[in-house]
Amino acid sequence: MFRGEWRVTCAVVSLAALLISGIGCSDSDDLNAEALLVAKLGGETTAFTENRNAFSMSARNLTNSERRTFEVGDSFFEQNWVTAPASTDARDGLGPTFNALSCSSCHVLDGRGKPPENADDPERGLLIRLSVPGTNAKGAPIGDPNYGNQLQDRAINNVEPEGKFAITYTEINGNYADGEPYTLLMPTYQFMELAFGELSENVMTSPRVAPAVIGMGLLEAIDEADILAQADPNDEDGDGISGRANMVWDIERGIATLGRFGWKANAPNIKQQALDAFAGDIGITSEQHLDENCPPVQTACSAAPNGGEPEIPPARAERLAFYTRTLAVPAMRNIEEREVRKGAEMFLKAGCAACHTPSYTTGTHDIAALSEQTIFPYTDLLLHDMGEGLADGRPDFLASGSEWRTPPLWGIGLVERVNNHTRFLHDGRARNLAEAILWHGGEAEKSRDAFRNMSKTERAALLAFLKSL
Amino acid sequence: MRKSYLVGMLLVIVVAMTAFGCYRAGDGGEEVDVKRQAVENYADGVHALYSKSLSSTVQMDGAIDAFLADPTPASLEAAKRAWLLARDDYGPTEAFRFYGGPIDNEDDGPEGLINAWPLDEAYIDYVDGDPDAGIVNMTEQYPEITADLIVSLNEEGGEENVSTGWHAIEFLLWGQDLNAIGPGARPADDYTTAKNADRRGKYLATASDVLVGHMQGLVDAWALGRSNYRAAFLALDDDEALTHIITGIGELSRGELAGERMTVAYQERSQEDEHSCFSDNTTADIVGNALGIQMVLMGEYGSVSGVGILDVVAEEDSDLAETLKAQVAASVNLANNIPAPFDNHLTDTVPDSAPGRSAVLRTIESLENQTDTIVSAATAIGITISVS
Repeated sequence: MFRGEWRVTCAVVSLAALLISGIGCSDSDDLNAEALLVAKLGGETTAFTENRNAFSMSARNLTNSERRTFEVGDSFFEQNWVTAPASTDARDGLGPTFNALSCSSCHVLDGRGKPPENADDPERGLLIRLSVPGTNAKGAPIGDPNYGNQLQDRAINNVEPEGKFAITYTEINGNYADGEPYTLLMPTYQFMELAFGELSENVMTSPRVAPAVIGMGLLEAIDEADILAQADPNDEDGDGISGRANMVWDIERGIATLGRFGWKANAPNIKQQALDAFAGDIGITSEQHLDENCPPVQTACSAAPNGGEPEIPPARAERLAFYTRTLAVPAMRNIEEREVRKGAEMFLKAGCAACHTPSYTTGTHDIAALSEQTIFPYTDLLLHDMGEGLADGRPDFLASGSEWRTPPLWGIGLVERVNNHTRFLHDGRARNLAEAILWHGGEAEKSRDAFRNMSKTERAALLAFLKSL
Repeated sequence: MRKSYLVGMLLVIVVAMTAFGCYRAGDGGEEVDVKRQAVENYADGVHALYSKSLSSTVQMDGAIDAFLADPTPASLEAAKRAWLLARDDYGPTEAFRFYGGPIDNEDDGPEGLINAWPLDEAYIDYVDGDPDAGIVNMTEQYPEITADLIVSLNEEGGEENVSTGWHAIEFLLWGQDLNAIGPGARPADDYTTAKNADRRGKYLATASDVLVGHMQGLVDAWALGRSNYRAAFLALDDDEALTHIITGIGELSRGELAGERMTVAYQERSQEDEHSCFSDNTTADIVGNALGIQMVLMGEYGSVSGVGILDVVAEEDSDLAETLKAQVAASVNLANNIPAPFDNHLTDTVPDSAPGRSAVLRTIESLENQTDTIVSAATAIGITISVS
């Protein structure tokens, strides 16, 4: 893998390193732990709030007028949509089929969802994507003929929900190199109460939890060249790590372009990601999704009244997108602690930074607050084969059934504080950060083995580092 | 022994304060640290305002019980009046939020149960177009309405799924505001002959009891001479306590009041987004919040009066303190001059240049400006705060 990105950020990193330890930075391999001990993970957007609102702060460097737009977008994010027609006509149009009433139902406090305990659990943090083999003209997956791209497990009155799912877990036992045992949970999914017959024989399913929504605009502001420079699709440098860019359809621009958002990098920008979620998760039409999500067999769905055409007007969609772009990244904590410093060393030593690229300087963004920021998202935004254990077997644009986008790590240590859980990975199967690391396979196998081979103290230090993010 | 210890302590304090230039003469002539005085006066003020709020909430609870014992249009009006009076006393106490104190600490702070908003009406009771909606009408799923039930359902499955607190009670008294102008008009029959009238009554009585209980908890947490939050708060280092205090008013001033409560409704022209949308009490809510900020800064809480945050700021920068004092007074004045009801300024046809809309916008701007000054004032006294 070519880690050219480090040349971009080298100047900043080397300055920090020089200041702190007097060590220079001649090439990427000289990256040292000191350079990772930076409070302002989101540059000048960074918020120093550690309570349960840690993911809900506006970027610190917004103007008062921008903050107003942020507040308006925030209200849309929290607002429950209701069945059309309703007296509350600014917020009607829910469904006909849906997974949740609001953005915040799944991204609780702008944070991270978790898998439900059972089919009746009101937890909304996980949904199931569906498709059959092949792609449409835009390169996107083709939905199940009777159920579409996603299983909607709720519906408005007089329309049937598509079905329900339940999760069962199989325990997998393993040991660290020092003999300490661990147990991982492998999920399997059962579908029941399917209203329109069995799912297609060749259906492919992919469970996805709602990720935290912080720092999204900063990821959007990273120069495309800085992401593509890290790609090494054929592993020409022979480090076992490829890194592939997903190329996805940009609805607004009408072209194929780099995907950055979603568990498989299947959305090119935040607005499209948000409007996809409105359409799929809440059943809200928009300028990008003019039709309700009703496959032909679902006649009651097609016949149900709508809440406007589209249900979310373009100006509201824009404010919602502004909000999502400008949620601040919380500051790194406990930088002075020796264990955290040691953990940063272990993070680098285990090769985690090969995909969880620590730092960038953002390019120019329409929102000035997001431009030219030195940020520490810990992601290359590229796809990596993560092995059979994590594979969902469902391709998404160029992403294969075993590839996932490297998720950012900023804020990961505050999930417990904000969302009262520590469920990680795309389907929330990991019950803590250690399990999440132990699930890493494929291109990340070497790093996982490095973790398994660490002493207990070293593992604790690595986890302390992650929790400080 | 004891005396010499005291003298020694005083000497240390005087020397320390002289060195940092942060003392002033107390009434008795002895030198007293102004930061400490401000923190102590704040604790007294918080207790006084919560006590006042509890008292009017108890009165409201009595009016609601009287209404439910004999539901008539007249007794409903009396219950509504009691809600409005109690609401006036609650508003200023919102200046005590946003730092993890008794009202909103992460473990058991009741703020979300007391004042969550906006609420999805259909989560509680019938709405226009859906006569069977809400917990009141879900007889099979929730056979018995109890305090435990409505508390457990609050904010379950969505931030607007509000089942308890001021606005739940408000909705149960007024009903949906379906008028372009004027508040909701729930008939008293909803509590006599309407479907599930008995369950609705039980819900209203229960929600009111739950609110009284939460207000009592806040009064207890700030009461003098107990092993409670007040004791822990007064044991904090002065700067830490001041960080809490100023974060509270800063966050209320911009993110909460100017932002969520005013800007959203103003920009979207959406009645559903005004704060007390059922009762049309929004302008009074705004004034109450603005007054709370002013009380904390001035140190004057009605029955309690003493050293305020502005006195601490004045020690370092008297011009800044004067500026902030004037800005906060201007905000209260501007808020008072927003013509009620608030939803008159939200209809589609009223132009931005209309006096009402311009009054709303000027209040928003004033609150934003005072927030910038509050942040500067914090910096001036040597602390850093982070607000929306």
